[in-house]
Amino acid sequence: MAVMTRELRASYAFIERNMNLTKRYWGWEVGFLVYAVAAALSVTLIGEDQKNERLIFSLMIGATFWNYLSVVFSFIAETITWERWEGTLEYTMMAPIHRFSHLLGSVLFALVYGFVHTAVVLTVLVLFFGLDLTGADFATAAFFMLLGSASVVGIGMIAAILPLLYVERGDQMTYVLNSLLLLFSGVYYSIEILPEWMQVVSTFVPGTYILNGIRAAMIDGQGLPELLGNVWPLIVMAVVLIPLGLWLFGLAERYAKRTGKLKRVG
Amino acid sequence: MTVTAEREPAQVATLDPAAIAREASPEALSGTSRTPALLIEHLSKRFVVGRKRKPVTAVHHVSIRIERGEIYGILGANGSGKSTLIRLVSTLLTLDEGRVAVFGHDIEREEMRVKRLINRVSVDAAFFKKLSPWENLVYAARLYGLEAGPAQREAVRILSRLGIKESRMSRPVEQMSRGMQQKVAIARALLTSPALLLLDEPTTGLDPRSKLDVQTFIEELRADHDATIVLTTHDLDEAERLCDRIALLNDGRVVAEGTAAELKTQVVRDHGGAATLENVFMTYTGRSLDEDVEEESDDAE
Repeated sequence: MAVMTRELRASYAFIERNMNLTKRYWGWEVGFLVYAVAAALSVTLIGEDQKNERLIFSLMIGATFWNYLSVVFSFIAETITWERWEGTLEYTMMAPIHRFSHLLGSVLFALVYGFVHTAVVLTVLVLFFGLDLTGADFATAAFFMLLGSASVVGIGMIAAILPLLYVERGDQMTYVLNSLLLLFSGVYYSIEILPEWMQVVSTFVPGTYILNGIRAAMIDGQGLPELLGNVWPLIVMAVVLIPLGLWLFGLAERYAKRTGKLKRVG
Repeated sequence: MTVTAEREPAQVATLDPAAIAREASPEALSGTSRTPALLIEHLSKRFVVGRKRKPVTAVHHVSIRIERGEIYGILGANGSGKSTLIRLVSTLLTLDEGRVAVFGHDIEREEMRVKRLINRVSVDAAFFKKLSPWENLVYAARLYGLEAGPAQREAVRILSRLGIKESRMSRPVEQMSRGMQQKVAIARALLTSPALLLLDEPTTGLDPRSKLDVQTFIEELRADHDATIVLTTHDLDEAERLCDRIALLNDGRVVAEGTAAELKTQVVRDHGGAATLENVFMTYTGRSLDEDVEEESDDAE
């Protein structure tokens, strides 16, 4: 019990620290929010241009929830980058906490931050386009967001390895991974338009099922029973990717300690 | 030649006796125990560097025994392996050969337990610079499983002793001088009541006043709390003033060990010259301290 209390306290340390950092960088946060709203609006206006309400809905959901997924993904992936930049990585790594507690704290903050960010972007878009969401199944959409977050968290943990191993360019390499997820998830288009081999790849990308589920819930008002085909792949991916992410992170940490890569700053 | 001082193990009293009682091995707690605070046996560490991936031995078969309550100095030129040695003990590097035990706990087999017993202050006071000292210290305290309230009270006590007012604690760290940041770094390390404190050049780059404050505080730690401290430094006066024993490290090897007086006597007897720690340093490392400092400046540029 004492161990669990200590680990939970350690996890909370990361949540509290990130909240404090978000407050201190409030100007940047406002700027980032403006960027996210502008980007989502720009994409969704393509639907307005086509005078196609279903396309507006589809693009709005794609842009909004891609923003959520990329915010969560980036936050976790940048866990190491941020500490390396500040020079605190060694202090965090020598603290008596399990890596699971470390990453859990970062992940929980990222999820809450992502939800708030997405809610603001979605509200602005709905008001801007005057959309009617009375038929939407918000509970099912939220369920897909939460379930999908688990597998995104697993991929984020794997991405966090890159800045640990590649000191100078690891951060940028996470953006490559992010862009590949964007390409194969069908964020702005149906994956049916992709070449066959890309469609095969899409079946292994969580974003595909998350966006399928959210679109069906928000546009067509479908509930969970009709969307089970998108639920079970997400459960499987979460069960596989989170332990895999933790295991790979552990291996990378061991490698960094063997080669002295924790020391490098900036 | 190595000069080794005979010394009785220190009493069981540290920064936080309760923490030791929880974490130290049972034999280490017995009054007659000879379990050292830090035992390093035949420790080696190699790095692969450069395009040709040539292995460089940073620490070469180092063996050191530090008793409870001692302040143990490690002197050496840049690249002699001082910081690598501290990082190895801090669990930030894996060992290639040898063994390290902290209060009887092997750092590889009992890493988590060792982590709870140690803390480190490095030459660069690394913080989240936009956060205040409060926020940084509470973060560090929580990482070690401490509650925020008691940690803050302890931080106030330590920082007031180091000359930093409580009112200064709410502004971002980036607005503090280098000396003040280093004092906050020391407070961060002491908050967790480490049984073994690793100070890696804690006064390098500080102004004379801040340096004196930190040195006086280290002396108080020894006098009042019987803390076990490993101190690496370039400042020979500091080493002589603070350290019970000193090891000289050259090319990753311990080339001499003993009290400052023993080392000086040994050098004068075997090599002649003045009975100063600078002469000891030059004799065993083959270079003057000035060369070392110049090299450090070049590195910084």
